Amino acid sequence: MSNGFLLFVGPMFYGGWYHFFYQYNPDAAVWGNIVWGHAVSKDLIEWLHLPLAMVADQWYDTNGVWTGSATLLSDGQVIMLYTGATNESVQVQNLAYPADLSDPLLVDWVKYPGNPVLVPPPGIDDRDFRDPTTAWYWPDGKWRIAIGSKVNKTGISLVYNTEDFKKYELIEGVLHAVPGTGMWECVDLYPVSLKEDNGLDTSFNGPGVKHVLKASLDDDKNDYYAIGTYSLESGNWTPDNSNLDVGIGLRYDYGKFYASKTFYDQNKQRRILWGWIGETDGESADIKKGWASVQSIPRTVVFDKKTGTNILQWPVAEIKSLRKSSKKFDKLEVGPGSVVTLEVEKATQMDITAEFEIDKEALKRIGESDVEYSCGTSGGSAQRGELGPFGLLLLADEGRCEQTPVYFYVAKGTDGQLKTFFCTDESRSSLANDVDKRIFGSTVPVIKGEKLSMRILVDHSIIESFAQGGRTCITSRVYPTKAIYGAAQLYVFNNATSASITASIQTWAMKSAYIRPYSSHQES
Amino acid sequence: MRSSVFLLCVVGLSLTQIQFSSADLVKQTCRQTPNYDLCVQTLRSDPRSSHADVAGLAMVMVDMIKAKSIATLHRISELLGTAPHPKTKATLRRCAELYDNAVLKADIPSAMEALKTGNPKFAEQGANDAANEADSCERAFSGASPITSFNRSVSDLSRVASAIIRLLL
Repeated sequence: MSNGFLLFVGPMFYGGWYHFFYQYNPDAAVWGNIVWGHAVSKDLIEWLHLPLAMVADQWYDTNGVWTGSATLLSDGQVIMLYTGATNESVQVQNLAYPADLSDPLLVDWVKYPGNPVLVPPPGIDDRDFRDPTTAWYWPDGKWRIAIGSKVNKTGISLVYNTEDFKKYELIEGVLHAVPGTGMWECVDLYPVSLKEDNGLDTSFNGPGVKHVLKASLDDDKNDYYAIGTYSLESGNWTPDNSNLDVGIGLRYDYGKFYASKTFYDQNKQRRILWGWIGETDGESADIKKGWASVQSIPRTVVFDKKTGTNILQWPVAEIKSLRKSSKKFDKLEVGPGSVVTLEVEKATQMDITAEFEIDKEALKRIGESDVEYSCGTSGGSAQRGELGPFGLLLLADEGRCEQTPVYFYVAKGTDGQLKTFFCTDESRSSLANDVDKRIFGSTVPVIKGEKLSMRILVDHSIIESFAQGGRTCITSRVYPTKAIYGAAQLYVFNNATSASITASIQTWAMKSAYIRPYSSHQES
Repeated sequence: MRSSVFLLCVVGLSLTQIQFSSADLVKQTCRQTPNYDLCVQTLRSDPRSSHADVAGLAMVMVDMIKAKSIATLHRISELLGTAPHPKTKATLRRCAELYDNAVLKADIPSAMEALKTGNPKFAEQGANDAANEADSCERAFSGASPITSFNRSVSDLSRVASAIIRLLL
């Protein structure tokens, strides 16, 4: 990553390249002075930096060139809509397009002279109108976009239609609204197939399809999604389950993951999700480092056919190209209250898959609990139950003074049903005292017959964890002082009081991915 | 004669009414912060508060954090000039760095821009970080801090600012 602060926007696949634009502060490792950086990749893994795509040089974006989305039209045009903060700090939407469509790198961009194309409508505050979505085609022959906002404490999504992306008409009503959720940022609406495993173009609708509506809640800096139906008749989106509506139900990720956005990768017919992962150390440290914030590894998104109530996120297959030496640990018996070292090559850069089975006798014996467990309010991996916690200790030093457990905790709820929790415990991740050290996670649905499984990507100060094939995900930032480079180790642990577990683990040391400036001498 | 006296009274009443409304916003806002007295006292000391909305009040508070941070840096300079014990000297230097590079050059500008342009969560982050840096500086003296009142002031003001900014989210 180049120095400064980054937060990404406007992803797309064009001209044989994946394009990634990002909100960037070239002057400091904190938010401010926002302009658009640009990077390209052939495989979503190795990136090349291009010159800044857009800077804050017009009255309508002089206070910030913020989030935007790309729409690729069937005639080859590329439409970029983005939010600009004007010279009077009003949030407006602007149109930009590539200067030269025959340049696959899309280096130069032109701002439409008639900008802004959209200003806050009556009843919407000047500062509550941002992050236009990718457009989708509507049966009336026009395009629609959504923009998040709020009215008092109700988060809403406005919808506009347009024929030329220059003139817009506000559609009466809202796409959807949920009271108490506050400002909706980075709204995203996209179809998922109920039967197929491939992604769908943003304009797709019809039988066999559901629509995911997502919002980033300004209030708590988390990304929430809900699955529902987007009616071609009414133009409204309705959740399948109003108890799990946008902002009050499921999250993409239960750790540090925000302002995420999907795009349809027409190259490989996938829907890809990308998230912004901020720092959780102090800003003085960020200033010393000279940089702040990273992007998650891109994830594919598909509908979870087994539960029918979740989406599944999984690191893109291209990440496997970074795998080096592999090690297998088959059917390790880990008794209650024990820790087993896993000898691996490079514990700071790893791809890990693990499956766990709890001994059946312990499962039968377990009594009901009268207290509901929750990752966030628990004592983390140190709080022992009959059937958990158990999992892996990542970025641990030899004495295990520093360690970041990622674990399962199984308990019988007050209703007599077994519930599985998936948590990450940062409380002992570092001896430094100016970093966040939280415990977070969520329940994860486990279908009968499924083993408990997790996949983890470790990269020095970032851990991305996926349970049950990506049904529940947790991204964590940790800053160990001892468990670094060659001193970091990997362990499997079982801190349950009565159950034994059998763990089968496979690990890969990971190569580093390259992020370099693009040079014209390079082969495309 | 009588009518002009009457007019004066009416005008007098209206002025009081207007003042009461904006003082109301200050009180209302400050009630939702962890330090009501500090909040009211700080806001009232700045003439901008009488016609500011909540974002404006937040900006007044951020300006006060800036002022106190500058004052802290001055005090640190003074202390460094008195040839202190090497350990104290090192800690003072470390604190100067936190206040200068982190609080004044990063947190404050970031928070102000965020408040101005309507992206309050970055302002909340800036204010929280300023509190953390002040606390971090104080802790580094291991109980023998020569600038406790300064650190305390920045920390308390930052927490009040953070609470006001939260109202914008």
